[in-house]
Amino acid sequence: MNSFLLTPVLAPLAAAVFAALLGWRRLSAFVTVLAALSVLVSAAGLGFNVGSRELFSVGHLLRADALTVTMLIVIGTVGTLATWASVGYINAELVHGHTDHNGANLYGVLVPIFLSAMSLAVLANNIGVMWVAIEATTVATAFLVGHRRTRAALEATWKYVIICSVGIALAFLGTVLLYFASLHAGASSANALDIDVLLAHASTLDPAVTHLAAGLLLLGYGAKAGLVPFHTWLADAHSQSPAPVSALMSGVLLSVAFSALLRVKSVVDLALGTGFLRAGLLIVGLLTLLIAASMLVVQTDFKRMLAYSSMENMGLVAVAAASGTRLAVAALLLHVLAHGIAKTLVFLASGQLQAAHDSTVIGEVTGVLARSRLVGGAFAVGLAVLLGLPPFAMFASELSISRALANAHLEWALGAALLFVAIAFAALVRNGSKMLLGPADPGAPAITAPRSVAGALVIGIILSVVLGLAAGPLTELFHTAATKIGAGP
Amino acid sequence: MTQATYTGVLDLAAGAFLLAAVLVVWRRELRAIVRLLAWQGLALAIIPLTVGIYQGDTALVTVGVVVLLLRAVALPLLLARAAGTEDHERRESTPLVNTTTSLLITAALTVLAYAVTRPIIALDPSPATRAVPAAFAVILIAVFIMVSRRRALSQAVGFMMLDNGIAATAFLITSGVPLIVELGASLDVLFAVLVLGLLTGHMRREFGGTDLDQLRELRD
Repeated sequence: MNSFLLTPVLAPLAAAVFAALLGWRRLSAFVTVLAALSVLVSAAGLGFNVGSRELFSVGHLLRADALTVTMLIVIGTVGTLATWASVGYINAELVHGHTDHNGANLYGVLVPIFLSAMSLAVLANNIGVMWVAIEATTVATAFLVGHRRTRAALEATWKYVIICSVGIALAFLGTVLLYFASLHAGASSANALDIDVLLAHASTLDPAVTHLAAGLLLLGYGAKAGLVPFHTWLADAHSQSPAPVSALMSGVLLSVAFSALLRVKSVVDLALGTGFLRAGLLIVGLLTLLIAASMLVVQTDFKRMLAYSSMENMGLVAVAAASGTRLAVAALLLHVLAHGIAKTLVFLASGQLQAAHDSTVIGEVTGVLARSRLVGGAFAVGLAVLLGLPPFAMFASELSISRALANAHLEWALGAALLFVAIAFAALVRNGSKMLLGPADPGAPAITAPRSVAGALVIGIILSVVLGLAAGPLTELFHTAATKIGAGP
Repeated sequence: MTQATYTGVLDLAAGAFLLAAVLVVWRRELRAIVRLLAWQGLALAIIPLTVGIYQGDTALVTVGVVVLLLRAVALPLLLARAAGTEDHERRESTPLVNTTTSLLITAALTVLAYAVTRPIIALDPSPATRAVPAAFAVILIAVFIMVSRRRALSQAVGFMMLDNGIAATAFLITSGVPLIVELGASLDVLFAVLVLGLLTGHMRREFGGTDLDQLRELRD
């Protein structure tokens, strides 16, 4: 049992050491894929054992419950697909001279460190350690964003590191204040930041200090989750990163940061009642939706379009979390998983489109479905999931979120959210059809996909369809996770 | 150490800590700003050292020594190396807000810090906690520096000051966070500043300078 908690952190770390020793080779790249797969296997192992309990390891340092298992499934699934696709992607970048051997070696080391940090963030029992892990993802991904070393990549990296570091620093201040409140509520200094201890002492936390802490934690983790007001790094970073890293950042990192917010919310709600964070999440969620929808309408770059679609989805997830019912939280977890897989599909496909055209302008890439059935098909399926079309999973999750909002008497928020989602829907359909449909231009370059990218795309399509048709056993896991973080009936 | 000396040293350290931030707002010379940052690191390190000695807490004294080495020596050295030697790189470019207005804003932010920290002092009115407005003022001033300065290095200094302010808050109100968190956070900051230093170097090679106004290729 212990090994299931340790593997998600240690296996990618070992793969990073291996990659550092061996450099970028086929073997080291596949060891990283195995490490990512081991995260998924551990998630399954934990999922069968955890039920509605909590499991601890290394003293009380690591803790797993149903929410941890859910997030590990997201990390493991997207991580496996993205690292697998990396093999062909980086080799192609080397062939085309977009990167050199040093760049490839660095990529090979940083990606598994990034995976390990995300696993630690969802497994940490101490919310201070959780913070350290999330800040570590910023450091690990800095040079991944700037992988191509172009001026634009450098600009994106600078904004990313500065804005996310400041945002996440605010979350640390919030953590310190929560520690202060926890000590004064009678917790011992050794474990005052542990989630189980905080939950036990929540009702005696000083309300004024907890208000201050909760506000800072919302802003801070919101920055990493792509929520207003520290969202300005997101489109730049996601559009400049190599495609597999974009998939990881957009599909996993955003939701890992959001899961940190859900953890904090479970404590704050017990201390202050649900009103405070509900108001906060509604404000940032709806503003994020508004900004994302308006940026989607004017977007001419397809990687930036996908980045703003991530913001749109995180905004919706924040609104769902605000309602705080079990139905809403379970739906948002399904939403996060479906979004992760779909974003992997569209970002990996857009990486191949970018490689073929050396451009990310929507108007310059047309007739994709006619030119490459695999890349076009993957992009189309990913887009269909993101649009919330049946039978894909986001249709069910968005329906449940709407129902939950109506049940929680937040009809006005539901109305606003639906309006923004509809605007985003129209913009995505217009731009997506411009790229996908239409006849193939005879002069257009061939769209190819290396074998590993093609494999990841096929598996991604299958997973999207299966998740849409039969979320089955996962539904129970999501409902347990919702209960674990204190969601009401 | 008597209660009076303890309170006196703490207040002096917190005062020096805040003063360093105000002087950074005043100065435009990049090397002088980095030197001030080192002095601020020293003032910050005195807080855990004093509290540690007063409470007889050896772990806290050790943390204080680590803070001293990291924030008064290592990080300023890293930034000084990134500062560059060309003449036009030595000074902050024409600021967005002039010095007089900047100093007035700094004063206003300090008052705001007192208002914001009232619930913290109300919960635990000890001598150390009473100094926490100075730490919060540094946090607010750091954010102001980050939005009003145009050189990459000034932003990095602002980020480090923000971090110093948060560390000072932790030492003043809770005698520091648990050791594992402290170590992890220090490591993160070290790496973040390393990354920022490396990026500054890349930027100078690519753009021929570190004026952030040149970063305008990416927009919608």
